[in-house]
Amino acid sequence: MSNSIYFNEYHQMLRDQVRRFVETEIIPHGDPWEETGVTPREVLRKMGELGFLGIRYGAEYGGSEMDILATIVLAEELGRSTFGGFAITVLVHTDMASPHLANAGSLVQQQHYMPGIVKGETITAVAVTEPGAGSDVASIQTKATPTKGGWLINGSKVFITNGVHADVYFVAAKTNPDGPRSQRTTMFIVEKGSPGFTVARKLEKMGWRSSDTAELLFQDCFVSEAQVLGEQHHGFYAIMKNFQNERLVLGAQALGEAQKALDLTLDYVRNRKAFGATLWDKQAIRLRLAERQTEVEAARQLLYHSAWLDSQGVDCVKQVSMVKAYCGELVNRVMYDCQQFHGGSGYMRGMPIERMVRDARVQSIGGGATEVMYEEVAKRL
Amino acid sequence: MKILVPVKRVIDANVKVRVKSDQSGVELANIKMAMNPFCEIAVEAALRMREAGQADEVIVVSAGVSQCHETLRTGLAMGADRAILIEDDQDLEPLVVAKLLKAVCEREEPGLVLLGKQAIDGDNNQTGQMLSALLGWSNATFASSIEVNDDHFKVTRELDSGLESVTANRPSVITVDLRLNEPRYASLPNIMKAKKKPMDKLTAADLGVDSSPRLQVVKVEEPPARQAGIKVSSAEELVDKLRNEAKVI
Ligand SMILES: Cc1cc2nc3c(=O)[nH]c(=O)nc-3n(C[C@H](O)[C@H](O)[C@H](O)COP(=O)(O)OP(=O)(O)OC[C@H]3O[C@@H](n4cnc5c(N)ncnc54)[C@H](O)[C@@H]3O)c2cc1C
Repeated sequence: MSNSIYFNEYHQMLRDQVRRFVETEIIPHGDPWEETGVTPREVLRKMGELGFLGIRYGAEYGGSEMDILATIVLAEELGRSTFGGFAITVLVHTDMASPHLANAGSLVQQQHYMPGIVKGETITAVAVTEPGAGSDVASIQTKATPTKGGWLINGSKVFITNGVHADVYFVAAKTNPDGPRSQRTTMFIVEKGSPGFTVARKLEKMGWRSSDTAELLFQDCFVSEAQVLGEQHHGFYAIMKNFQNERLVLGAQALGEAQKALDLTLDYVRNRKAFGATLWDKQAIRLRLAERQTEVEAARQLLYHSAWLDSQGVDCVKQVSMVKAYCGELVNRVMYDCQQFHGGSGYMRGMPIERMVRDARVQSIGGGATEVMYEEVAKRL
Repeated sequence: MKILVPVKRVIDANVKVRVKSDQSGVELANIKMAMNPFCEIAVEAALRMREAGQADEVIVVSAGVSQCHETLRTGLAMGADRAILIEDDQDLEPLVVAKLLKAVCEREEPGLVLLGKQAIDGDNNQTGQMLSALLGWSNATFASSIEVNDDHFKVTRELDSGLESVTANRPSVITVDLRLNEPRYASLPNIMKAKKKPMDKLTAADLGVDSSPRLQVVKVEEPPARQAGIKVSSAEELVDKLRNEAKVI
C-alpha cells in the first residue's frame, strides 16, 4: 500500500486503525444489531473518540482536516465489516448528512452542532426522498411556508437512513414553488422532538438491517429562522453538491464489501473439498474469482482517481457517476459469485456472505440509481 | 525517567507469508507491513508509565530500511514523544540491533529499555537479552506485569512452568509478553499530531557499529502442511489413541 500514488502514510495509519476497530469492535458483535435493527450509539461514540467521525472537519470542532482520500479509506474499511447496515449508519452521518451543515452552516450553527457530530453524540440524518420523488429530487412536495419567527414544514419523507434514532435531521422542503426548478428548495435543520415532527414508521428492509430507516412526517412542524441551513431557495444546489461526495463514499463502501467477499470466498474455496480436491483446484472457480478480483481492482483505481480529481477541485461529475454506477453493479456481481461458490451454506443465515448479498442489493439503487448515474455519464459523452 | 522502546517493522500479522521461489527468504514485495505486535505492547506499557507519572519521556527507535519511519510514526501516533531511525538496508541480525541499541542507550541514558520478547518474523527472542548483556544492565524477559519503583522494577515473568517474580535494578532491559496489556488505538487526531513530532535519523556508522551480517541464510522452506485431524467418539478412544498410536501418555 505504501506504493500508492494516492495515499500517504497517514492514510495508511488511518486504514490500519479503522481495520482493527472493525475487526475487534464490529465483526464479532454485529449479529444482534441486525436483530434489533440499529447500530448501538456507544459504537458511534467510540468511533467519535477515535476521531473517525471528524476526518475532514475543522480542528476547532475536534476534526482532523484530512482530505477525501481519507474518507475513502474509512468507507472502504467500514465496507469490509460485512455489516452494511453498520457501515451505512456511520457513512450517512459522516458523509451524507453532516456535510450539509459543514458546507452551508453558519458559524453559530456549526459551533452549536459540530462538536457533538464529531464526537458521535449527535447523530445526523438527511431527508430528501419522498414517496413521490426519489431520483427526481427537484420534484419533492414537502413544503415550508413562512410564519411568524420562522417556518412551518408540511409533508413526508421516506427511506431515511438513521431516521428512527437520529438527533438532528437536514430536511429539504420547497419554499419557492413558483421559482425555477433548481431554486425552489431550502434545507432546514430539524431536531428530534420538534413539535409537528414525528417518525411515522420504522421500515423493514431486505438488507442493511443494522441500520434504522424511517418514514418521517411533518405536520405544521415549526422551525425558527435560525434553523434555515444555507441560502434560501438554494437547497437543490447543496444537495447536488454533496451528491459527489456521497457517491464516491458509496462506491468505496461497495468496493470494501466486494473485496471482503472475495477474501472470504478465497478462504472458503481453498478449504472446501469436492471431487477429490479443493474447490480452488477447479479452474472454473479460480478463473471466475480472478476475473472478479480484476474488476474490483480496476474499479478501485477509478474510485481513487476520481476522488483525487475531486480533491484537486476538478469537475469530475462524469467520473463520480461512473464510480457510483459501476461499483454499485459490480458489488452485486461479486456477491452473486461469492455466494454461488459458498454453495448451500452461502444461503444459510449466519454465514456472512448471505447477509452481504442482501446488503449489496441497495448499492445499485440508493444514493443515485445506476440508470440515473449512466444518464449523467451520457450527458457528458 | 526516560524509556526507550525499540520497535520492529515486520510483515503484518494478518498476511499469509510466502516463501520466495528461490528459497532465499520470504516474499516482501508489495506486502503489508506493520509494527511487531509485541513491540506495540512495549509502546503501550511505556505510555502507561508516562501517564502514571513514572516516566517523563518515551522514545521509540527502529533500525532497518527507510520505511521503518512508518513504524516509528505509528509509535508516535500512539503517543511516544520522539523517534530515532537508524537507517540500514542490510538484513540486521539480533546482535547488530543490540549493538546499535547499546550505542543509542549510551547517548540517551534511559532508565528502562522496553522491548517485545520477540518479533513475529524470525521469532528470534534474542535482542533484549543481548542488549542487556552488552550494557551490563539487569534483564527481565517475558513480562506480564511491571511495577515501577525508585531504583528497581518488580517484574512478573510468564514461563511454561508458571509465573516468576523478579526484581530488576534500574537501569534495566525488560522484554514484554502478550498479556501485559492491550495496546491502544492511535486516534486520528493523534495520528495528525505525530506528523509534527521529531524523528532523528542516524546510521550504523554514526553509532560506530558494523552492521554487516555474520550469519548466512542457506535455505528457507515452507513447513510441511498439517495433516487433517480425526474425530474420536469417546474419551476412552482418545486415551487409547494417545497411548497406543501417538504414544504421548
Ligand atoms: C435503504 C435505503 C436508504 C436510503 N436512505 C436515504 C436517506 O437517508 N435520505 C434520502 O433522502 N434518501 C434515502 N434513500 C432514497 C434513495 O436515494 C432513493 O431510493 C433513490 O434515489 C432512488 O429513488 P426512488 O426510490 O424514488 O426510485 P425511482 O426514482 O422511482 O427509480 C426507480 C427506477 O427507475 C429508474 N429511473 C429513474 N429515473 C430514470 C431515468 N430518468 N431514466 C432511466 N431510469 C430511471 C431508477 O434507476 C430505478 O431503477 C434511501 C433508499 C434506500 C433504499
